[in-house]
Amino acid sequence: MGWYEKLLPSRIRASGGGSRKIPEGLWHKCPACAAVLYRPELEESLDVCPRCGHHLRLSARRRLDLFLDGGGREEIGGNLESADFLKFRDSRRYRDRLADARKHTGESEALVVVKGALEGRALVAAAFEFGFIGGSMGSVVGERFKLGVERCIGDGVPLVCFSASGGARMQEALVSLLQMSKTGAALARLARRRLPFVSVLTDPTMGGVSASLAMLGDIVVAEPGALIGFAGPRVIEQTVRERLPEGFQRSEFLLEHGAIDMIVPRAEMRARIASMLSLLAPPPQA
Amino acid sequence: MHSEHLDFEQPIVELEQKLEELRRLVSRGEVDLNPEIEQLEQKCRKLTKQIYDDLTPWQTAQLARHPRRPYTLDYIGALLTDFEELHGDRHYLDDPAIVAGIGRFGGRPIAVAGHQKGRDTEEKVRRNFGMPRPEGYRKAARLFRLAERFRLPVLTLIDTPGAYPGVGAEERNQSEAIAANLQLMSQMETPVVSVVIGEGGSGGALAIGVGDRLLMLQYSIYSVISPEGCASILWKDANKAAEAAKALGITPQRLGELSLVDEIIPEPLGGAHRDFKAMTARLRDSLEAQFNQLANLPPQQMLDDRYRRLTEVGHFKHV
Repeated sequence: MGWYEKLLPSRIRASGGGSRKIPEGLWHKCPACAAVLYRPELEESLDVCPRCGHHLRLSARRRLDLFLDGGGREEIGGNLESADFLKFRDSRRYRDRLADARKHTGESEALVVVKGALEGRALVAAAFEFGFIGGSMGSVVGERFKLGVERCIGDGVPLVCFSASGGARMQEALVSLLQMSKTGAALARLARRRLPFVSVLTDPTMGGVSASLAMLGDIVVAEPGALIGFAGPRVIEQTVRERLPEGFQRSEFLLEHGAIDMIVPRAEMRARIASMLSLLAPPPQA
Repeated sequence: MHSEHLDFEQPIVELEQKLEELRRLVSRGEVDLNPEIEQLEQKCRKLTKQIYDDLTPWQTAQLARHPRRPYTLDYIGALLTDFEELHGDRHYLDDPAIVAGIGRFGGRPIAVAGHQKGRDTEEKVRRNFGMPRPEGYRKAARLFRLAERFRLPVLTLIDTPGAYPGVGAEERNQSEAIAANLQLMSQMETPVVSVVIGEGGSGGALAIGVGDRLLMLQYSIYSVISPEGCASILWKDANKAAEAAKALGITPQRLGELSLVDEIIPEPLGGAHRDFKAMTARLRDSLEAQFNQLANLPPQQMLDDRYRRLTEVGHFKHV
């Protein structure tokens, strides 16, 4: 690459090699305030715009990297992949969409679940990959989530999940809807064992994910400015035929209406969740 | 009357009208037309069977939404005695899009909750076309907890286009109302049987549809998204609803092939609305058998079976 190319406001350029393909460009435009930001500086600030405080979306891996202690991680359900059991085809084939999503995200599905540690305390953490078909929940997402919950129960550790999803995956039809009751049933068991579940809602958390696992946290946390809701704003606008109120379905709106416990800026996420977990369930003495 | 019938029902309706005329002539004693009537009746049955044997998924969806289709309160009236409706979520309002109550089924106490659509314009509006707000789901949750405490089996009847997408519904946390029911129903210590009687519209349907058995009437549908909604998102064209209906596999038959439905209850020739009595008789038999089966299970086994049932749903491969 020539030096002049490096100076251009570059588009997505995959970082060479390895399984992690975080899109990388030298300059990044803040989607909220349109400030042009220097990529390394943005990464330094955890992908929060230094100008306006907008929380940019994170890939699942980066999310977990920022949240968990370094090292000692074990992925749960990583060997599961979608099967196009309906041979679903709309304007494109589902299997082609899956192949594209794998290529673009470097992930095999829209949820990454790992056993790791937070400030020295063992837990299971899950994060949605929004770049993978809109973080939609199908069979693999549901199964990985369930395996994560069952691992929590087996090891007696808490669960933290970062949601970022458009909802159920239409290409898996009713099976995707039934992932809602699947994750709900698994979480009911977790609750019975008195193991805490902290659900973190990030931009966006909608539809079938919002109306199942995401809203079932013992504590429900949101990142600032995240879009959170059941029905999408456009669907609502078409139904009620009026302009939606300012800030509708944003984290601050949900907090005001009593739907979530708190809004936590990304920089404080680790410390505050660690603190709350230790209040709810002191880690077992070694 | 015209709008009361679907396009593909029209030939049947025309034959039926002819039959009606002939019968009127006979009743006046003017002529003996009995052989003709018999012939026509036979023709009508044959035609109906022909049409209904070959329904497309989209036609099934239209039947599931048929304006004359029996609704929850119709079934409650026919199947239960001593029914008392329970109103309100105790916090905000009573949502008429969901009916909840207690009564007797075959002489035994039971709790019932179901979506309710309206028959005429005024009632349609009052019941919000069967689209519940959060309070509807919270009313149902209240009924479920009551049922569990007093060991009443629970029957839910599903018939909704979906949970209502409105500003107020979002303000009062529609997502939480649905999610809470999924969790509650998955561990309720009482048998739960759900029947899709018409439209099973997405999360709004599932929110009262988690339990030990899922039954579907022959011409009902159950889907993650309406065929129209799916068409407008994936095909960018709402007119592709018929194609979407096919791709989504929303019919009981297709869902049965995927092992997502426990029992498909056959409807009378031409659909539930053409012979409501026969429909309720079949539904009663199925429900009695299902509730009897569940009553014979030790409670812990019932809960374990339910957990397996709910959590084993999914198709994936190990790589």
